[in-house]
Amino acid sequence: MISRLRQSVPAYLFLLPWLIGVLGLTIGPMLLSLYYSFTDYALLNTPEWTGLHNYTALFQDSRYLHSLRVTFIYVGVSVPLEMAFALAVAVLLNRGLKGLAVYRALYYIPSLLGGSVAIALLWQQIFGSDGLLNDVLGIFGIHGRGWISEPGTALWTLILLRVWQFGAPMVIFLAGLRQIPDEVLEAAEVDGAGRWQRFWRVTLPLLSPVVFFNLVLQIIGAFQAFTPAFVISGGKGGPSDSTLFYTLYLYQQAFGNFRMGYAAAMAWVLLLIIAVFTGLNFVLGRTWVFYGDEGVRR
Amino acid sequence: MRRVLAHAGLSVGALVMLYPLLWMITASLRPNTEIFSSPGLIPEHPTLGNYALGWSSTGTSFGIYIMNSLIICAAVVIGNVLTCSLTAYAFARLTFVGRKTLFAVMLATIMLPGHVTLIAQYSIFRKLNWIDTFWPMIVPSFLATDAFFVFLMVQFIRSIPVELDDAARIDGCGVWGIYRRIILPLLSPALVTTAIFSFIWTWNNFFSQLIYLSTRTRLTVPVALRGFLDATGSSEWGALFAMSVVTLVPVVVVFVIFQRRILAGMAHTGLK
Repeated sequence: MISRLRQSVPAYLFLLPWLIGVLGLTIGPMLLSLYYSFTDYALLNTPEWTGLHNYTALFQDSRYLHSLRVTFIYVGVSVPLEMAFALAVAVLLNRGLKGLAVYRALYYIPSLLGGSVAIALLWQQIFGSDGLLNDVLGIFGIHGRGWISEPGTALWTLILLRVWQFGAPMVIFLAGLRQIPDEVLEAAEVDGAGRWQRFWRVTLPLLSPVVFFNLVLQIIGAFQAFTPAFVISGGKGGPSDSTLFYTLYLYQQAFGNFRMGYAAAMAWVLLLIIAVFTGLNFVLGRTWVFYGDEGVRR
Repeated sequence: MRRVLAHAGLSVGALVMLYPLLWMITASLRPNTEIFSSPGLIPEHPTLGNYALGWSSTGTSFGIYIMNSLIICAAVVIGNVLTCSLTAYAFARLTFVGRKTLFAVMLATIMLPGHVTLIAQYSIFRKLNWIDTFWPMIVPSFLATDAFFVFLMVQFIRSIPVELDDAARIDGCGVWGIYRRIILPLLSPALVTTAIFSFIWTWNNFFSQLIYLSTRTRLTVPVALRGFLDATGSSEWGALFAMSVVTLVPVVVVFVIFQRRILAGMAHTGLK
């Protein structure tokens, strides 16, 4: 045992920065946040133990419950749409068209820039009452509305902003599609399978691990969306709280009201929600993800 | 015929997708009155005035914000390349007690939502007097906290033949020598990928810069841009778009230069 420990020394020297980081900046703060979530803590005072109070207060806080609803709608609508676009365009691009690299790059650009403040500000202008969209609609004689200033449509502009960034999962789909050997599809064609049948019965099952991978990542990412909602609503989550994302409300509680304990409880609930969804994905994934490897290079 | 149709569809799709960006570029070249009346792409009265105005209208030169962002980006790139490669080397090549457990911990932290550490990190950094400094953005990268890059490099190192290590060992290299002379040079594609993504993500990162920075001359590009209209006290959309274009240019330039590597990196890893 002693000699094994001695053998481990060089490895631990290499791991030293990471070990300090994982203890001091990840696991330590995680546990400290957990402790704060059971306290009343306003940054300047010493945390005061209040037991489960923050957690019970959460579920009586109508703005909190509303932010949950907004976030679920956002995740539930934008992720499937984004995935559908990504898959459709990837399949279209994968037919050996000339200029694949150009299209792929062009469709990827929004993913590269979409998370930035600049694009959120652009969105604010485009969907404003005298913005670009209404100018374009005006050409067709349609009188648009203030898409961002009305509670009925504001969230949808954010959903659109996410769907606009379908290029990232598309690139992953394309890489997955390339792994599917032509012989498999040719064999299906010889057997008389039509275009649709080949897609549903051959391409999609073989691609399902990639679909799964994208789905897990996109859901985790979407739950944590912050920048567009913050910038477009001026930090408020309005109009009428219609864009009050979970993380935005967390930010308001922590850095607007300095209710650090409350915000820490929100963070832990978010972790649980994401863990449950990821776990659910893995359990349900068993029913539709195909990991067979006959004839498939992986 | 099918091909022509596919090309037509894909080109129109790309145009619709990129139209807002193109429009923003042309809007930055228009006087304010024209921005809100013209959905077209060609400015009637083209001007560079917005760029001059935007550069100085927040009271602090936009060059300062760019400098601040570049300092943070450079530090993060160096930190990630250095410490993530050290960590990855240990996980991929060295044997040690607790390796499996620690590797699992490392993988788990990739998926961890940052909010769960946020509050405590903020209060720790506050006790260290790091609020309103660049340290909260920089220090974590020197402690290999971006486990995603560690994982990327572990995967890459595993594809390097172990025989090379053995040969170097026979030639008298120790673990450090093997890391320095064999692994690090061969790892350079993954190091470049790490550097590119570190730069783009840090350049675009808004949340931590928003909560940690407050003094005007210490602000970074995203934070300055978001406070632009408040700071100028007006609706200088033209100037705002001009500065938006300025902030997007570095990312687009990096993308154009490293396109292949970025898309390959994306395909392998699947992160934005």
